[in-house]
Amino acid sequence: MNKWLKAGALAVATLASTAAMAGDKIRIATEGAWAPFNYVNEKGQLAGFDVDIANALCAEMKADCTVVAQDWDGMIPALRVRKFDAIVASMSITEERLKQVDFTDHYYSGGLRFMGAKGKVLDTSKMGLKGKVIGAQRSTVGGQYLEDKLSDVVKVKLYDTQEAVYLDLIAGRLDGAISDELPTYDWLKSDQGKNFEYKGEPFAKNDKIGIAIRKNDALKQKFNKALQAIIDNGTYEKINAKYFPFPIY
Amino acid sequence: MDWSVIAEYYPRLLDGAWTTLQLVVLSGVIGVILAVPMALARLSPNRWINIFPYTYIFFFRGTPLLIQVFLIYYGLSQFEVIRESILWPFLREPYWCAIITLALHTTAYIAEILRGAIQAIPKGEVEACRVMGMSKFTMYRRILLPRAFGIMLPAYGNEVILMLKGSALASTITLLDLTGMARTIIARTYTPEEIYIAAGVMYLVISWLFMIFFKMLDRVFNRHRLA
Repeated sequence: MNKWLKAGALAVATLASTAAMAGDKIRIATEGAWAPFNYVNEKGQLAGFDVDIANALCAEMKADCTVVAQDWDGMIPALRVRKFDAIVASMSITEERLKQVDFTDHYYSGGLRFMGAKGKVLDTSKMGLKGKVIGAQRSTVGGQYLEDKLSDVVKVKLYDTQEAVYLDLIAGRLDGAISDELPTYDWLKSDQGKNFEYKGEPFAKNDKIGIAIRKNDALKQKFNKALQAIIDNGTYEKINAKYFPFPIY
Repeated sequence: MDWSVIAEYYPRLLDGAWTTLQLVVLSGVIGVILAVPMALARLSPNRWINIFPYTYIFFFRGTPLLIQVFLIYYGLSQFEVIRESILWPFLREPYWCAIITLALHTTAYIAEILRGAIQAIPKGEVEACRVMGMSKFTMYRRILLPRAFGIMLPAYGNEVILMLKGSALASTITLLDLTGMARTIIARTYTPEEIYIAAGVMYLVISWLFMIFFKMLDRVFNRHRLA
């Protein structure tokens, strides 16, 4: 009898200790197709602003993190079924998403903007867009704006990744695209994007990007504390400067 | 589970199902038409004739459908020549790109199925045709091809259902087929379980319709077996 008790106690102790360790292990998902925020570099590793921020936060929290890639439109469902614990993938804090998950404080801000081919006029007013073919990534703020506000006048095309939107811009299948302004900034400077430019002014500028975690997860407070810490100690600024010559917080 | 999203979005899913049906039927019809000369050429003892269908089938059977979809949609459009050709109005549209890819893909499979069926026709029947003094053309038109269609029907029905499922890859090139529509709805509602279940049921219904259709065809082509 005594032997069984001991074995039981041992098992409970083991379980308890793995639970405690699991607290320090955080699995973070990012997309890997949203340069320069998250992408796969030449070495095949995930890199970018999001990944740097995630690593800085983990270092601050002294947590053992692994960053994994996940397709964009399965991101929130996968978080909810515990495939990972947090999403650091340039995800905007929206009302619809808040019904499904919690967000930390924002770690950068963005806005939307049209882009199109240089030398071609793209009037971005609703009247001017009539009959145009406009693309965006599915399940993004840009894609939703397109569906909600413009689907009655333009032909909407939704893509799985932002890279596919760029490919079809180059192929000439799109008259224009809506995207977050910041990732486009980087692409327009690239060799691929040099024949394209922003069209019109940025809009929907109150876009705040946060880290998504499951509802009522204590990780939220930990992330918020760490986020404030890396902003205060200058780490954030360094990461920002690595990607953009202007502050994006 | 929130089943009300299905009630709200099923008309859009039905739109998607309609597109899916068009993809499968159109590509299936084109596939059968292209597969007949392909299978006959494949049967030719002349190396110079059978090398083309052999290579074609080798390529389309040996590479994933997803890669073929990407090559035709994103690959072809990289070339200026194509963008300025008369084909561009078609190749510009994801709908036609999907149909072309699915048709080319299924042609390879149907050609192989048809070749097998022709070879499975009992030798006696071929000899009977010759004894009757039929020309090769008449023999194929009146006896061998109809017989082969009867023999290949079960395998062909199988192929059509495989294509129904394969057509879901059209969603990766912005087409709002049943899968594409489901994903677009989920992007908004974040209810993958409910919407995917609804889409899955619609796929089941469509494949059930195809099964009934092939059963009817079987009664026509293989009526000699009914007696």
